[in-house]
Amino acid sequence: MNQKAPSVVVQNLTKRFGDFVAVDNVSFEATHGEIFGFLGPNGSGKSTTIRILCGLLRPSSGRATVAGIDVGRNPEAVRQHIGYMSQKFSLYNDLRVAENLEFFAGMYSVPKKEIPARIAWALKMAGLEGRGQNPTSALAVGWKQRLALGCAVLHRPPVIFLDEPTSGVDPVSRRQFWDLIHEMVGQGITVFVTTHYMDEAEYCNRLVLLDRGRIVAMGTPTDLKSHHMKGELLMIECEPLGPALDLLQTAPDVLDAAVFGSGIHAVVADASAMAPKIREVLLSRQFRPGRISKIEPSLEDVFVSLTTTRGAGKSGVAA
Amino acid sequence: MSWTRIVAMTRKEVLQILRDPRSLLIILVIPLVQLFIFGYAVNLDVKHVPLCIYDRDGTQTSQDFLKHFQATDYFNIVRVSDSYPDIIRNIDHGVCSVALVVPPQFAENLRSNGQASVQAILDASDSNSASIGMGYAQAITQTYSSEIQIAWQQERGLAVGAPNVTFEQRTWFNEDLESMADLVPGVVAMVMAVVGAFLTSLTIAREWERGTMEQLISTPVGKLEIQIGKLLPYFAIGITDTAICAGTAVWWFGVPFRGSWLVLFGCSTLFLIVVLSLGYFISVTAKSQLGACQMALLATFLPTFLLSGFIFPIDQMPVVVQWVTAVLPARYYVSILRNVFLKGSEIRLLVPDIAALAAIAAFLVILATRSFKKRLA
Amino acid sequence: MNSTPAITVSNLGKSFGAVTAVDQLSFDVKPGEIFGLVGPDGSGKTTTMRMLAGVLTPDSGSATVAGHDVRHDPEGAKRDLSYMPQRFGLYEDLTVDENIRFYADLFGVRRREREERSAELLAAAGFAEFRKRLAGNLSGGMKQKLGLVCALIHTPRVILLDEPTNGVDPVSRRDFWQILYSLLAQGVAILTSTSYLDEAERCHRVGLLYQGRMLFCDLPEALKKKFPGGVIVVHSDDAERVRAELAGASGERDALLVGDHVHVFVDDAARRLPELRARLDAVKVSYDSIEQVEASIEDIFVSAVERESAKQLPKRPS
Repeated sequence: MNQKAPSVVVQNLTKRFGDFVAVDNVSFEATHGEIFGFLGPNGSGKSTTIRILCGLLRPSSGRATVAGIDVGRNPEAVRQHIGYMSQKFSLYNDLRVAENLEFFAGMYSVPKKEIPARIAWALKMAGLEGRGQNPTSALAVGWKQRLALGCAVLHRPPVIFLDEPTSGVDPVSRRQFWDLIHEMVGQGITVFVTTHYMDEAEYCNRLVLLDRGRIVAMGTPTDLKSHHMKGELLMIECEPLGPALDLLQTAPDVLDAAVFGSGIHAVVADASAMAPKIREVLLSRQFRPGRISKIEPSLEDVFVSLTTTRGAGKSGVAA
Repeated sequence: MSWTRIVAMTRKEVLQILRDPRSLLIILVIPLVQLFIFGYAVNLDVKHVPLCIYDRDGTQTSQDFLKHFQATDYFNIVRVSDSYPDIIRNIDHGVCSVALVVPPQFAENLRSNGQASVQAILDASDSNSASIGMGYAQAITQTYSSEIQIAWQQERGLAVGAPNVTFEQRTWFNEDLESMADLVPGVVAMVMAVVGAFLTSLTIAREWERGTMEQLISTPVGKLEIQIGKLLPYFAIGITDTAICAGTAVWWFGVPFRGSWLVLFGCSTLFLIVVLSLGYFISVTAKSQLGACQMALLATFLPTFLLSGFIFPIDQMPVVVQWVTAVLPARYYVSILRNVFLKGSEIRLLVPDIAALAAIAAFLVILATRSFKKRLA
Repeated sequence: MNSTPAITVSNLGKSFGAVTAVDQLSFDVKPGEIFGLVGPDGSGKTTTMRMLAGVLTPDSGSATVAGHDVRHDPEGAKRDLSYMPQRFGLYEDLTVDENIRFYADLFGVRRREREERSAELLAAAGFAEFRKRLAGNLSGGMKQKLGLVCALIHTPRVILLDEPTNGVDPVSRRDFWQILYSLLAQGVAILTSTSYLDEAERCHRVGLLYQGRMLFCDLPEALKKKFPGGVIVVHSDDAERVRAELAGASGERDALLVGDHVHVFVDDAARRLPELRARLDAVKVSYDSIEQVEASIEDIFVSAVERESAKQLPKRPS
């Protein structure tokens, strides 16, 4: 198997629900052994795209192949070649750990002879060896997550879809989970992830940012941060913070401003030019600016700047 | 206690009820459906019992005897048989449930011995109808027997002897023994119990299940305010349903109403307090909607149907069971309702029932109030 | 601004059967401050919040919220606080307006005030045009914002938020935080728990809970300065190989693969940086950059938890 051949190919994929275009002419490719991240606000077409790739929805036009199978023509066949782990883990709490694995092995038609070996493998991978007889309900969230992953890959699919897999999970468990993912990726599995955690997005090899059905950015996390940000980012400390924010949000040449911790992140066209100007403006209003420095945008900054934000609303609420 | 908060709880509850199609179904449709089912479809009167006759005598006398069975509403002659196998076949197939066989020598025996007997064959697989059919057959035979006795005496110019003691049945208060009139008050009680407890049982359990309870108890709203606010709409629904059922019973089904409307609504209020408190208590204890409605049905439908005197008379039950019915609020309510619809007697005769109902109400209200706590643990 | 703490927690404890959920917890939150509680699943965040909200009775210790003792006068505290639990109380079969009105009535907010405030809050949250929509038909982010609006309709002095932005996209999250910040100027104290570490950075102070105890409690910058050791980041197309090569280097504590970067945790960044560079050069692994960076909150968190759990007996998974 050519390690770098595309395992998922999407060409001009479009999906309409009546008049509403959920996915609008989306094209991308993912190769074996890649972690591919899907980002986007709610309603951006993320879930719809994933569902199409899983064979759950038929495309309105365009083409998508997963593991070489055309999902529009053979949706049933696709399911045998993919693993899917949903946000809510889909585990049966009243079953034991091994019973959950057995159930999913059956669902994915794993050949009977191989089931015990696969289950043993899944338990080992998830770190649950010897815990097969424990009730699933007694597992902490991080362990349930790993079990859910195990259940999703019993049939050794070449592509797996993870839908917000670490929502609500603490960072330690999250890191361990991602170690697992990296192991799988090392074996050539393609992993699709959707997430709202920006630091999780950093784990991906490549990201696709969707907004209103269209791709607005695609590339590695580094690419996105350096090339896709509309403008540059300034970090501004100032007392008092609230009024300073109000001022900056309405200032010309400031593309966007938001509070971040005890400072303000402001998006401007030219950071080095704007920094002294901003300081002046703040001083002129008798504010007390502190540090003003250019910072590297985080993925969240990129995300927010590229997706539709509501008009700079009022900074907040009066008494 | 804040009136604003109570109204807020009530308003929310009403909006939720109105927007839940299943609740609306239960409130509006089920009471009327129950009434109509019991009003029309269920008929505990046994009339037009299908009868098969086999006249082995074939005389004027035997014909005369059998005519008595023809002339009555209680029997419906569906077949004239000519053999026992034929009778058996017809009973097996359910064509008739009673067969009457007049033996040969019937007329002869009467004339010579002054005595004759006829044979009745019954399909006892429905023993209720069978024993009733038996009763009718005996009564009709008895009537015939008296008639020919009197005729015989008159023929011989004898004075008509001392009057036999005849059994004259006179049913008071429900002259036509229309079982429907008897049933409708019970149906009203059952509907109230089920709708009241069932609907209410969902209210607290639903908040726990949907996750809204935790935030609710973190607000200043008091537990009494929650209770009153939530129960008010169900109370209004209950009283309205009572009025609809009572109205339908009286004006559509023609069930008599001889008591006072005040007593009806007063006691219905009391009964509603009972069932609503029961429902609330179940809701607090059950924590899941499914568990709550199962408990509610178990606690209301079965006891009301079987033990309230609605269909099966209480004094026919084993003594132990009768004691059990003493704690059943439906028993007292059914009794009051029957009184109000059919008897219309003075209120002081109702006092024991009302007092029992009030005591149960007080107990359940206290139970419901104490069971709810504004704490997770 | 008043500096008497708005929330005080003193040796608070709560157990469920054999499990100690909260263990002698002490901290405080001042008015005008956002305090972030961070911790793994089961560390006691939700239990702490519930005790402060007066819906769970503590076993030991004491706590005050807006001056009320929540152990002995929880109902008094409830007038001045707002609590948004993880499963917050949005009635899906009621409209946005009806939900707001319900909570306003529970807190005795008069009609005019309610109308003014809800208009402001809804505008700030960006969904003023959805007032008549059933709450069940809102997207996840909007539901979360509506939950916040309902919690704020009555001008509380203390706000308790339990993982309020779980599953919410970054844009909605920013709107959410914007609303919170605007309240600080009025002296409101906010206690929020979160598993999003980047949110922890937005708080004035962060407290790290682990197994019911507070491991750290300080400003994010101070925590970062106190971080033992340093973090070196290598950016490379062949990140996996870099990681493989650097794991086990002297002074290396952990090497984490993050997309096309490798985060290496070392005992002394200044000293180890040239060493790691030399190592990579020696095996001819290509890399674009290698530099020291500031530890993130997540790094601090993970290292603290790992140190803690290493101190104890090996922990079972469940």
